[in-house]
Amino acid sequence: MNKIINLLKLGWAILSKPAVHLSLGFLTISGFIAGVIFWGGFNTAMELTNTEEFCTSCHEMRDNPFMELQTTIHYSNRSGVRAICSDCHVPHNWTDKIARKMQASKEVWGKIFGTIDTREKFENHRLQLAQNEWTRLKANDSLECRNCHQFDSMDFTRQSKRAAAQHSSALAKGEKTCIDCHKGIAHKLPNMEGVREGTSPH
Amino acid sequence: MKNTLLNKVSTVCMTAALAVSSIVLPSVASAADAVIDAEPQVASMRGTAPLNAELTPNPMEKVENNDLKRQRDYPQQPPTIPHDISKYQLDKNFNKCMDCHSRKLADEAQAPAVSVTHYMNRDGEFLGEMSPRRYFCTQCHVHQLESKPMVENEFVDVDELIKQSNQRAKK
Repeated sequence: MNKIINLLKLGWAILSKPAVHLSLGFLTISGFIAGVIFWGGFNTAMELTNTEEFCTSCHEMRDNPFMELQTTIHYSNRSGVRAICSDCHVPHNWTDKIARKMQASKEVWGKIFGTIDTREKFENHRLQLAQNEWTRLKANDSLECRNCHQFDSMDFTRQSKRAAAQHSSALAKGEKTCIDCHKGIAHKLPNMEGVREGTSPH
Repeated sequence: MKNTLLNKVSTVCMTAALAVSSIVLPSVASAADAVIDAEPQVASMRGTAPLNAELTPNPMEKVENNDLKRQRDYPQQPPTIPHDISKYQLDKNFNKCMDCHSRKLADEAQAPAVSVTHYMNRDGEFLGEMSPRRYFCTQCHVHQLESKPMVENEFVDVDELIKQSNQRAKK
């Protein structure tokens, strides 16, 4: 214990003394440059974890959600615009992104202990996993959807009658948000027994 | 270094061999065409193309999506679906159709609820939930395309038949 206190005291003594040989200019400029490098490095590393290659580097994601995504309109469509995993599962805004990344550290735990490392385990956890995302999107008013789908740019006359009716009433008033109706558009839905009455076999 | 060079040479050789074979092979296939189904007897959706030929499919037809109920051609006809269902999930986990057409949710969506027969077993007894034999909607209910009929339709409605038989009886 004493040793540690002594070590801390020594460290503090070095830190609290003014620099003897280095100029203030050198310290300021090198501090600035080091700051840019560390900050840039941090953000670059974080962006790397936002790429599709990173997400699908685990077989859990590659074999399950990624396979299902490929048949949907968010992967393959007439105009060739597509969403990657992070477009829907990570907020674009920096502070929200950091918060989400910290939550996602739980997924590393899951990976290490093989929580969903077989198809059966994935299917068993599927409802819970889906509900986590639905809760998140419901709470943030479908923020990730709205990164691309701007309500103000929706042309109701170009939508089908039913879509226009829902969007111009429930969505416009803010009573409902995207995820309320558009569940299961990018991945298959789990057994919905008990979630939405009358939509699954019993 | 030498190893990689050798690898490269072998890759080039393989590619060349494949290219040559791909030029030669089709002529073999077309020779087979002549044998299989040279004069097709029946025109199908594939036209009169021989069995072993691959066709370029026609562009996809548009699905009628106007939400207007259609008349049934005969009393027992399962109503046709007046909207697009191309992205609907319909499997053992989830039935997208019932998201609007089930008894519990039809009011929310203002959609026609499925009829009482869907809640009956085959002995006519009522069940609390939808009958499993009625679960897969598209076994009976189908959407319609905005396309020209492929063959002429000679269907005669039952009302027309009754009218005709009455007229015949009068004569």
